[in-house]
Amino acid sequence: MSDFLQILIAAVAVGSTYALLALGYTLVYGVLKFINFAHSDVFVLGAWTSFTASMFVTQRMNVDPAHAPWWVGLCVLLAAISVASTVAYCIERFAYRPLRKSPRLNVLITAIGVSLLLQNVGQLTGPAVVRETPTTVTKAAADLTPAERASETTKINGEQAQVQVQGKPLATLPFGSSPRSMPVLLPDAVLNETTAATGVMDGGSRRGMVKLDKPVTLEEGRTYSLQTERLDASGKPTGERETLGVASPAGTYEKGTDIRTQPARNAKDVQGAAYTLTIAPEVPIRLLDVLIVVSALVLMAGLEILVYRTKLGTAMRAISYNVETAQLMGINVNLVISFTFVLGAALAAAAGFLYPMKYPGLNQPAHQIWVLLGLKAFVAAVVGGIGNIRGAVLGGFLIALVEMFGAFYISTKLSDVFVFAILIFVLLVRPSGILGTTVREKV
Amino acid sequence: MALLEVGSVNAFYGAVHALKGVSLAVEKGEILTLIGGNGAGKTTTLRAISGMVRPRNGTVKFDGQDITGTPPNELVGRGLVHVPEGRGIFANLTVAENLELGAYTRHDRAGIAADLERAFELFPRVKERQKQLAGTLSGGEQQMVAIARALLARPKLLLLDEPSLGLAPQLVATIFSIIREINRQGVTILLVEQNANMALKVAHRAVVLEVGQVAMSGNAADLASSDAVKKAYLGH
Repeated sequence: MSDFLQILIAAVAVGSTYALLALGYTLVYGVLKFINFAHSDVFVLGAWTSFTASMFVTQRMNVDPAHAPWWVGLCVLLAAISVASTVAYCIERFAYRPLRKSPRLNVLITAIGVSLLLQNVGQLTGPAVVRETPTTVTKAAADLTPAERASETTKINGEQAQVQVQGKPLATLPFGSSPRSMPVLLPDAVLNETTAATGVMDGGSRRGMVKLDKPVTLEEGRTYSLQTERLDASGKPTGERETLGVASPAGTYEKGTDIRTQPARNAKDVQGAAYTLTIAPEVPIRLLDVLIVVSALVLMAGLEILVYRTKLGTAMRAISYNVETAQLMGINVNLVISFTFVLGAALAAAAGFLYPMKYPGLNQPAHQIWVLLGLKAFVAAVVGGIGNIRGAVLGGFLIALVEMFGAFYISTKLSDVFVFAILIFVLLVRPSGILGTTVREKV
Repeated sequence: MALLEVGSVNAFYGAVHALKGVSLAVEKGEILTLIGGNGAGKTTTLRAISGMVRPRNGTVKFDGQDITGTPPNELVGRGLVHVPEGRGIFANLTVAENLELGAYTRHDRAGIAADLERAFELFPRVKERQKQLAGTLSGGEQQMVAIARALLARPKLLLLDEPSLGLAPQLVATIFSIIREINRQGVTILLVEQNANMALKVAHRAVVLEVGQVAMSGNAADLASSDAVKKAYLGH
């Protein structure tokens, strides 16, 4: 049961990012009746822009990305959305619009071309936006290059010279061909853990020993952990948290007795700090997952309101039914189509920001894994009924559930097979998708 | 000065020379009907006026301004509204949303509400169906929605393309009487019809198109009694 619930939570978190991505496919299909194959690359662009922006902001602010204030995440999200939207606008304006009246196939091929272009540009290594901190090395003065000799930071003392070496690039524009690790900018904690005891780290020995403020029973088979905060030399909390495993065997411990923990990274750092002894829940609900799902749901609700409750949304749906008649209503069709692309890209960028929060390994922009992710989101849109907004959301969650449960209960290797099997099944049984309506070809 | 002046317009549909120097003028306050057989260029004339087809050459003047080749969405706000053939309603939207789109370029809420009330007076059936998807309405009701929607743009000139197409005879009579009523309220109308009989009855003047050219024009009543028109279009 606990496995089941944990997978369910993970599937809902991943499903919400699939759904955001699927919405972009469905929106563009809705107004233009073509599959924007460059959409997954806009998602990748969002992810990599998030990475670059977060490295840039945190280095400028001189904070560790893992402990950045909450609004950094928001800024990074907005940066990713603006970059992806601008790029999507340009793609539509310069690649797709000139082909609006040509056969569908031409646009499709162009979309694949745009996709390849984005993938390859993304692999270029441009100027470094963020570098490692410069280091100083000692060199014989005779070996100095002319550039080093001219540099103001080079200090020559007789035969020896101190040369400052620029750090390696950490984030570049465009994005380069090596994988990176995305800093998790959203706060994370286990929401439903219970506190067993609190107290002060007494540091009775070099191993973390903590005195209990009340009796505690450690049960067999449960996971206990101890959270504390590092202190600086003067004994003030630094805000850096440390989590230690509990090393004492199961049993009942009286008030005032010690519980042993795994050693802290530096025992001195935590000596005298306040601690909390917590019991890990059987099914941990993590704040990160909740934030991912909530952000995605807020965006989806916003989209639903935009499309079904505003004049602009009515115009989008009108264009989806008949472009010519929409124009006769006074709707500026080009403007609304551009807006639709930008909207889809914004959602993809949001997904590109949220997805690496859960899976921080950021592959290079042309990596197969991105293509597969985009493909799954596309499958989600088709399964839900392409062109249908609620269908895309439903499809996103459905695909993630099938993928995750299939991987856990049947076979990890086959998880993608299940996803595409769903596609084949839906196409056989209900070709228009679960929520799709049958389209009658106009004669 | 005429509200609409079309001056020797040539237009092509792919390789087909659809309009061969068509000229006509619509005076303020009148109903001008454009009749002619299939492929005479009636619909293309309307499309050339509303900017859906760009004329190869010739001029279209509306309200004193040259509008040749201006895209249709920029003309709606100026009072030139085109109700296309086959009604052109949005079947995936509700009737209310269809009507709302009629007023897409307007921002005067009070004015829109007043015009909506006026449209409902003309089409009480439309008022009852507001929440329904427009695609579920009958052909006659869809035509009513299309015309009501056009009225919400507060047109100076209304281009109507085959409003009676595919409707039961009784409904045809209703639609034509409503067209006359709309005209009485001050809207100039350019009416394209295959049903020449009815069209000549409601119109003040008429233009007969034959293979992309103006064959005859004049008073509707005069044309209705002319032998050539009777023979070719009225089936007498």
